[in-house]
Amino acid sequence: MASLVGSRVERKEDKRFLTGKGRYTSDINIANQTYAIFIRSPHARAKIKKIDTSKALKSSGVVEILTGEHIAQDKIGGLIAGWAIRSEDGSEMKCPANPPLAKDSVNFVGDPVAVVFAETLDEARAAADLVKVDYKVLKAVSNLGEAMNSEAIHDGIDKNLCYDWLLGDRQKVKEAFEKADRIIKLDITNNRLIPNAMEPRACVIDYNTASEEITCYTTSQNPHLSRLIMSAFGGVAPENKLRVVAPDVGGGFGSKINLYNEEIVCSWASKKIERPIKWVAERTESFLTDTHGRDHITHAELAVTNDGKFLGFKNETIANLGAYARVFGTVTPTYLFGPCATGVYIMPAAYSNVKAVYTNTAPVDAYRGAGRPEATYTIERIVDKAAMELGMDPIEIRMKNFPTEFPFKQTLVHQIDSGDYVAGLNKAKEMADYDGFAARKKESESKGKLRGIGVTSYFEACGIAPSPVVMMLGCGVGLWESAEVRFNPTGQVTVYTGSHSHGQSHQTTFAQIAADELGVPIENIDVVHGDTDKGTFGMGTYGSRSLTVGGIAIVNACKKIVNKGKRIAAKMLEASPDEVDFKNGEFVVAKSNKKKTIGEVAFASYLPGVRDEVKSPLPEGDEPGLIESSFFDPANFSFPAGSHICEVEIDPETGHVKLDKYTAVDDFGTIVNPLIVEGQVHGGLAQGIGQALYENAQYDDSGQLITASYMDYTMPRADDLPDFNLGFTCTKATTNPLGVKGCGEAGTIAATPTVMNAVINALGGKEISLPATAEKVWKACKEMKKSNAKAA
Amino acid sequence: MKTFNYHSAKDVKEASKLASSNSAFLAGGMTTIPSMKLGLASYKDIIDIKRIKKLSGIKVSGKKVTIGATTKHSEVASSKDVKKAIPSLAALAEGIGDPQVRNRGTIGGSIANNDPAADYPSACIALNATIHTNNRSIVAEKFFTGMFETCLKSNEVIEAIEFSIPEKSSYQKLPNPASRYAIIGVYVAKHKTGINVGVTGAKSCVYNDKDLAGALTKNFSSSAIDNVKISSSGMNSDIHASSDYRANMVKAFAKKAVDAC
Repeated sequence: MASLVGSRVERKEDKRFLTGKGRYTSDINIANQTYAIFIRSPHARAKIKKIDTSKALKSSGVVEILTGEHIAQDKIGGLIAGWAIRSEDGSEMKCPANPPLAKDSVNFVGDPVAVVFAETLDEARAAADLVKVDYKVLKAVSNLGEAMNSEAIHDGIDKNLCYDWLLGDRQKVKEAFEKADRIIKLDITNNRLIPNAMEPRACVIDYNTASEEITCYTTSQNPHLSRLIMSAFGGVAPENKLRVVAPDVGGGFGSKINLYNEEIVCSWASKKIERPIKWVAERTESFLTDTHGRDHITHAELAVTNDGKFLGFKNETIANLGAYARVFGTVTPTYLFGPCATGVYIMPAAYSNVKAVYTNTAPVDAYRGAGRPEATYTIERIVDKAAMELGMDPIEIRMKNFPTEFPFKQTLVHQIDSGDYVAGLNKAKEMADYDGFAARKKESESKGKLRGIGVTSYFEACGIAPSPVVMMLGCGVGLWESAEVRFNPTGQVTVYTGSHSHGQSHQTTFAQIAADELGVPIENIDVVHGDTDKGTFGMGTYGSRSLTVGGIAIVNACKKIVNKGKRIAAKMLEASPDEVDFKNGEFVVAKSNKKKTIGEVAFASYLPGVRDEVKSPLPEGDEPGLIESSFFDPANFSFPAGSHICEVEIDPETGHVKLDKYTAVDDFGTIVNPLIVEGQVHGGLAQGIGQALYENAQYDDSGQLITASYMDYTMPRADDLPDFNLGFTCTKATTNPLGVKGCGEAGTIAATPTVMNAVINALGGKEISLPATAEKVWKACKEMKKSNAKAA
Repeated sequence: MKTFNYHSAKDVKEASKLASSNSAFLAGGMTTIPSMKLGLASYKDIIDIKRIKKLSGIKVSGKKVTIGATTKHSEVASSKDVKKAIPSLAALAEGIGDPQVRNRGTIGGSIANNDPAADYPSACIALNATIHTNNRSIVAEKFFTGMFETCLKSNEVIEAIEFSIPEKSSYQKLPNPASRYAIIGVYVAKHKTGINVGVTGAKSCVYNDKDLAGALTKNFSSSAIDNVKISSSGMNSDIHASSDYRANMVKAFAKKAVDAC
């Protein structure tokens, strides 16, 4: 049987998704369900003086209206930050309470204050209009740059500062900078983004009055984690009385990692009103209340020699947490950001200093790439700026500072096990026809257009591990993953994974892996995920961890199956277990040439006997059945890397940036399914390009989100994008048996600096801020024309 | 969405009779329905005029193209007659919204709504359109009176829009990157009787830019526009485009339109 790992197996998921048969949370309806509408603060910052529900309670169809007072009475806990970060001075971070329904104060537009449950959605909506909330409006802190000098939003959190964190050695950096020929300086605003998963958040809650069990169907990237938080911190029900199911989920990008207010409130309320509850976010609610991403202000400095060697790097960043600290909110701008600050380069000295602050905006948390795009953007922009100031080619300066020996101990934290950055950049250079750029630029100029080329080399650290290290750094849980492989008596296989697929195609990729390990046809393998009742535990999917952590747990569980199978087969074939080989789904004893298929062994394991004879195929001490589980905790992160090159053409009359060519060369180690990996790269690139050219979440001074719909928030569209030119290099990861590295975030990490480097290259080095919208580019073109005219 | 009474009118007379100050005519519903769903608008009566056959269709006769009020954008975009008589008008229709919008939205709905960023109003100005209603005929320059405002009375139903076929014409727009409405759109049309430059998106209401038209009357070439000063005063300003940028883009796109004529 040919290996399936490495082949372009078509997605098992496609049929149901493409024919509209996916089953999403909002497709679920439960008899006698009520409908929830949340009443949200229209103000960015206010005290709640009074909530009057009397008129609304009398409105047609209303079942119940609950507020923060009820939450407090029932001692229901709030939302939490999953990582405890310590400041440079040793003090612990400061986090405000975040009750599921605000009782005393609201801190961003969309913060929920009350909820209406009614017989129909229209009745719930009509009643919600009748709930009167009396606010005392306070001055909002909506500007990140001014947050530390503004009035404290939360009691006891001075300067709105959650922590002031340092990674690296200030003294060493100081010494390195003293030796430099030149210091390159850069100020950056990393624009705020709204994840915009295609499926809005939703939950359907079913409280079973007999078993007292709550079932919560929800749009989650990690149902077990949601159950844990809802039980341990929310106090909604003990874990054994809570079932969380995340069925088909239409995209997450990090925004569905968090357990949100609505799930806690509806789960608690369903028990209270003894009715099922359905809540589905409207698109505006998604814009307002899904966790946002990025939003940094950074000052960076790079110390270089005149021949382009890097000596040291500083990164001083203010990161926006929004109104509250959520699950990955505090770690995203620290351990997911700081260590990657120095990029793919040998950097003798470096530090990252991050001040995370609260503002009256939606909470900011992990968004595809989480910290690594922000870090990569900074280093890749400043490296380009260095090349320009030194008059060097952007590829030359990168090559000059690449490590060539692996494992490579990166300056700040990571021990990178494998990679070949030179090969990746050389391949990208060739595929992009880098040398032909000058001719293409001339051709553009003959049409009155400007052309620019941009290069980025990146590495990223994904599949966060190992658990003891992440917990030492402040994580509240371990980041292992579990799997269970179950053979049915008749030979089909069910693979349970604690990872969660919300677009990642686990049903296909994981089945390919199991098929190879077990020698069973892929059609006979089902991958099950997303239901706390179906598997022991799982940490879910984010940070490109599914394959490198969850996939390996499957491999290990399969290996246990094969080992038990060998013992059973040995007894059946009258040999010793070490005489049994397993290959292509068959247990073979070489000396006798006798064999049993894994299906026969599975059957025998469940039916260990025959009529009229006491004869068991099970060896002494082995129990019946063929089910094995594994909890995999990798020895380290995985470190994908690559180089991207793109070209843009700018119309100076309008400022319109046309993305003309895009080449991406990535090293993801072993590729299990190239078709799926290419899809991941395409999607990632689109999001990274979105940040570079289009997307920008903006709040006004009063804290109103002025980009709260698709009329104003620009998403990248298919006709904005060129055909992507993809290539791969391969250095296998040494920290897992498949040699795989994560691929989900790479495109997003690399694309933003690649595009901006090209735009700024076209503008002759003139800095512009993210995103490079037409008007900004047009202004830059005008100034360029003026300064060119002066020079002439 | 608040509840309302739904009526399907069999003819224009019935539609007009049902209308009040608290009603809306429904054709494609591309603006009306989203506004109602978002709670931005509510009506006691919704009067559906889609079943009135005589309101739909395209006729070309002599120097005029007449398009029925409930004719869909996709029908205008794909009409061989329109493409032959006024290709720029078919192209404009092809550039409205997305396929779903073009398969529902109607020309009458677009001009009755008079969104400051809509495309069709600029065509009405540039192509000397006459708007025929159930009780009068109105020239385009009098029809559009302000932001989302027209001179229509509440019981007045647009029946058809009659465009003059120009010698040459072109519509060029700078789409809003998010919504793809016009940040600005410039419709240049050269008629025997004169030149019109219909500009949409730039100000609170579509207008005929007399300065651009004047310069082009003297010399119909894009270089003639170079010396026209376009003031940013009165121009819209938002997160996508400042008034200064809009003023400059009116000029840039007027040049593109002349070059494309």
